[in-house]
Amino acid sequence: MRSLATRRMTGLIGLAAVAAIALSACGGGTTTETAETTEPAVEETSAAVVEEECVTPTPVSLQLQWFAQAQFAGYYAAKDLGFYEQQCLDVTILEGGVDIVPQTQLAQGNADFAISWVPKALASREQGANIVNVAQVFQKSGTLQVAWADSGITTPADFKGKKVGNWGFGNEFEVFAAITGAGLDPAKDVTNVQQGFDMLGLLNREIDAAEAMTYNEYAQLLEAINPDTGELYQPEDFNVISYEEVGVGMLQDAIWASEERLADPAYQDITQRFLTASFQGWIHCRDNAEECADIVTANGSKLGKSHQLWMMNEVNKLIWPSPNGIGVMDPVKWTQTVEISLGTKNLEGATVLTAEPAEGSYTTQYAEVANSILVGEGFDVTGEGYTAIEVVLNEGGN
Amino acid sequence: MTSALPPGRRRSLRALRTTAVSAMWALAGVGLVVLMWEAVKVIGLLIPLPLNTDDLAMPHVWTMIAGAAQPEVRGSTTTVAEAVLAASLYSLSLALGGFVIGVTVGLLLAVIMQRFSFAERGLLPFVIASQTVPLIALAPLIVGIGNRISIGPLQWNTTASVMFIAAYLAFFPLSVGALRGLQAPTATHIELMRSYAATPGQTLRALRFPASVPYLVTALKVSAAASVVGTLVAEISIGRRGGIGRLVLEYAREMTASPAKVYVAVAGAIAVGLLAAALVTLIDVALTRNLPKELAA
Repeated sequence: MRSLATRRMTGLIGLAAVAAIALSACGGGTTTETAETTEPAVEETSAAVVEEECVTPTPVSLQLQWFAQAQFAGYYAAKDLGFYEQQCLDVTILEGGVDIVPQTQLAQGNADFAISWVPKALASREQGANIVNVAQVFQKSGTLQVAWADSGITTPADFKGKKVGNWGFGNEFEVFAAITGAGLDPAKDVTNVQQGFDMLGLLNREIDAAEAMTYNEYAQLLEAINPDTGELYQPEDFNVISYEEVGVGMLQDAIWASEERLADPAYQDITQRFLTASFQGWIHCRDNAEECADIVTANGSKLGKSHQLWMMNEVNKLIWPSPNGIGVMDPVKWTQTVEISLGTKNLEGATVLTAEPAEGSYTTQYAEVANSILVGEGFDVTGEGYTAIEVVLNEGGN
Repeated sequence: MTSALPPGRRRSLRALRTTAVSAMWALAGVGLVVLMWEAVKVIGLLIPLPLNTDDLAMPHVWTMIAGAAQPEVRGSTTTVAEAVLAASLYSLSLALGGFVIGVTVGLLLAVIMQRFSFAERGLLPFVIASQTVPLIALAPLIVGIGNRISIGPLQWNTTASVMFIAAYLAFFPLSVGALRGLQAPTATHIELMRSYAATPGQTLRALRFPASVPYLVTALKVSAAASVVGTLVAEISIGRRGGIGRLVLEYAREMTASPAKVYVAVAGAIAVGLLAAALVTLIDVALTRNLPKELAA
């Protein structure tokens, strides 16, 4: 009998669970409505008196492309050092995952802002995602192709007949643009190899030239022990081709906002304040790389200390100098990215974009205002005199 | 000698010996895996194998053990092993949550489908169709919809999303298995209950539930495995922090420089699966304690 009673209990718990789910669905509807009705009211007051007082910080969410790491240090710094708070924002940073597409989360209204690479976001935009580039944070591409020093590969033309790695999933277009630009046919003249997360393929010489980001995979190579010397691999052991220098760099990390919502003055104001604080975060990280690397680690990144600092330093190199001011789009780079997106075919014959992106795919309006606010507060927003620090990598990135 | 012992002592001695023997077999199993791993590495040195067997791709078992004792990142007080243990326990708790929800929903569905044949005809195709939805399509959707759900102060979060995905995978084998079990009693048994003028509820409790136990136990085992897989996949898919799935992914990225680390995390993931299986065995023992042994098997 006791077991029957237990079973009846289980049944009751089950019913309760179902009821809870049903209730929660209703609850979701009502809270969204109230949020919508109260938000503009908050905005009216805070827009007028944003500098003087902040009654209730506006909740804002930012969707990242990946886990917490120094690639996103500016946002973590702005949050932890109170820059968002100063702008009366309560920012939640949402980490990415394997299947989380930031621009999709933004377009579906699950996040207020998203970080995404320009070609991928433009592809989503072409498929109907209503998103706008409001700040081009990274001014340069950080993609490299790394080969062994003894391979004789020093330019994309040397890829001929070699095994060239790429990550696929839309990360291959710079590689293909470089191959095409060198007068080679990607389908016939090179062997394309799908690469994993790690650089073992290059170290095992299964790949002749592997795709790598300056701030991550390249560092992984320099953190590995060279079995011949017993010491870490040195930069001299590798030949590095930078796609930025080759001239096929595509714009990467940018802040995207919802196009529909930008019609709303309240969201315009939030965007303005969000960019101002985020830029302040990046400026802080330019001048305090070690502190920012530690902030990211404190936010749960599992990357080793020297790897984190290396990433911070390399990301700074991609942002600074920003001649037009941080986050302000360089139209030349934009055109280059769009042209490669339109003209470079991958192995399936597909291009990133099928048509020129519509007017208004990016706007510099908010970034420019944010820059002038920061200049007014005495910040250096262009980083003309920026010099990178020297980072010594340890084994395993520790 | 043994005959001089009282029967109780003798029985406990025998139990002890059985436990010792199974423990030894379990250890032998682990030892065999270790031996095979190292054997593949040795063979790889002698003849070319289709897989890479060098120390970067397949580190030695002792390298892994040494790696487990290392601090997770320089200067941190937790070792890799401790981080893996904590993450494994966290994932196990999420899997358990998903398992409980999945089993509850699955059982409920089975009872409804057994009771009303129109429900079976109407629901079963959907239950089956639910499992054909690819998880990678489902995961971002659940996170997205979940972000907008809240009950009062309780806000749906990624923990809930992971549990939901685990439950989503776990409910299916259970509902199908339980339905089969509830329909197991023969016509004679059902007619007997009818002759007692038993209500459907009474038939369910006195006849159908006990008859479904063997099916249920099998279904629970599959469900437990599914909930663990669901938890790990969901963690990787949506990037939920704290669990072993995410840790495997994080360590996999460090494979170039410290290849041993990721295998420690993989061992943790395996341990989560084994613990879940052990848990179901306990449920099995509890449910089948009154059944004749040949039925319980």
